[in-house]
Amino acid sequence: MTDVQRRRRRVERFMFGATAAAMVATLGVLLFLLGYIAWQGASSLSLAFFTRLPAPVGEPGGGMANAIVGSAKLLFTAALLGIPVGFLGGVYLAEYGRGAFAAWVRYAADVLNGIPSIVIGITVYALVVVPMRHFSTLAGGLALGLMMIPVALRATEEFLRLVPDSLREASLALGAPRWVTIVRVVIPAASRGIATGLLLSLARVAGETAPLLFTALNNRFWSPGWTQPTASLPVMIFTYAIAPYEDWHRQAWAAGLVLLVLVLGTNVLARVIMRGGRMQSA
Amino acid sequence: MRRRLGDPLFRLVSLIFALSVIGIAATIAVILYRDSAPARAAFGWSFLWTSTWDPVALRFGALPFVYGTLASTAIAIAIALPLGLGAAICLAELMPRRLADPLTFLIELLVAVPSVVYGLVAVFVLVPIMRDVQTVVQPVLGFIPLFRGPAYGVGLLTAAIVLAVMIVPFIIAVSREVLLAVPQTQRDAALALGATRWETVRDVVVPYARSGILGSVFLALARALGETMAVTMVIGNRPEVNVSIFAPAYTMAAVLANEFTEATETVYLAALVEIGLLLFVITLVVNGVARLLIARVGARIEVARA
Repeated sequence: MTDVQRRRRRVERFMFGATAAAMVATLGVLLFLLGYIAWQGASSLSLAFFTRLPAPVGEPGGGMANAIVGSAKLLFTAALLGIPVGFLGGVYLAEYGRGAFAAWVRYAADVLNGIPSIVIGITVYALVVVPMRHFSTLAGGLALGLMMIPVALRATEEFLRLVPDSLREASLALGAPRWVTIVRVVIPAASRGIATGLLLSLARVAGETAPLLFTALNNRFWSPGWTQPTASLPVMIFTYAIAPYEDWHRQAWAAGLVLLVLVLGTNVLARVIMRGGRMQSA
Repeated sequence: MRRRLGDPLFRLVSLIFALSVIGIAATIAVILYRDSAPARAAFGWSFLWTSTWDPVALRFGALPFVYGTLASTAIAIAIALPLGLGAAICLAELMPRRLADPLTFLIELLVAVPSVVYGLVAVFVLVPIMRDVQTVVQPVLGFIPLFRGPAYGVGLLTAAIVLAVMIVPFIIAVSREVLLAVPQTQRDAALALGATRWETVRDVVVPYARSGILGSVFLALARALGETMAVTMVIGNRPEVNVSIFAPAYTMAAVLANEFTEATETVYLAALVEIGLLLFVITLVVNGVARLLIARVGARIEVARA
């Protein structure tokens, strides 16, 4: 083996070693992050966290029951807006979407997807909070719903496109009108993928904080109905983490763990559902 | 009868929902433009390069925020690109698929972690570490303006590191896809000419995938520019342009998060909305470039296959 060959071999080994190091570093950060949150969160979690209201400022104890319910209500409101628009918009793109108009819809969805979440917050503030003169669950849910639309739309379109045209043709050949074909044949065939996509779009907005800051605001008490400011887990984490109280930090970790388990759990669940689907069709 | 009515009706309903997506995107742009009008009238283009931010005297300039956003993002990319590209090469070129696929899934999970959770960990883990780093670095390198200033722990570099951690998974996921799309014949040709595997990666695979990798960087860039919570929690929130990477800074998204609910004067609120408009336009452009770059690889790969 000549010197040149030996040098090239050494360079190869060194560079591949470096790429492996980069991967190990990334994985290390991931494992540290998950491990540290699990450790800090688990040692701070208690029954009170799920069942009690926040304690008065300065007093230790209390929980985030109102934030948990608040987050659930916000997500419900978001789903009411995001899922119909995203789903039916996606149906249009997949089944009728040819030509310039469809390209514009796709472009608008991409734009919407790329807008920083805080900017969505500003818009909803101007659209809903100012006319209503109130921060509210409604406004916060609307902001989250707007963020769901592009994700739900893209997922619906992609999974409908995977349905083979022969299925559509078979249904049409039996005399079914186009819309019956779509509703009774095409959508059921893609339902597993679409459900996963919609679930992921919900998971995506579940952890969003920025669009809630000036739409849902925050609340240390229960928020009855849909027109009052409401607490939510992400905003509570933010508020508690930057506050100077030791006990609040503890609760922020607990909330962080709960939020992380919800979001990552949904992602893993979605992956499992998709796996099942692939095996069935194989 | 039902058939004649059903088809156009269904098409119309889905069309309306598709149309509403365009409507929403347009509404956001219009509202940002409309509500920033008072600030645009008061400060004109000089809003972009004045650095006074005085809510009491109602003088506003966006320079410190633009600087903070661009500087933190640039440093974050500088950290994240080598790490992400390295890891992507390792996953796509070195590892067997059976090992690489689950690892990629794990890394992609990092994308789903909410940014406020990154912020939480950063506040309690990274900030103390950075304070220690600064107290060690400063006696040695403190005479260089880049490293000057007291050791707060929070600041531009801290925010950039958090951003880097947040965007690395993006770069890995997209770059790996792009690398996997490079035709095997390209690698075989290089290896047959006597190149080592590393030379194949460096001279053939990466150049072939170049515009897709660049696309992944632009996607990451767009996310970093608009990132709010994690940055707000660790950047120190001080509207100054300071050359030191340890100094507290401020970003466009962070000033919106902190001051929007406090702004009572019309001009103050309009100045904040104008920052939002600026952020909107910047991310629009960056996302557009990313899409073009990635589409270009896609197109070329299709041609190569045909």
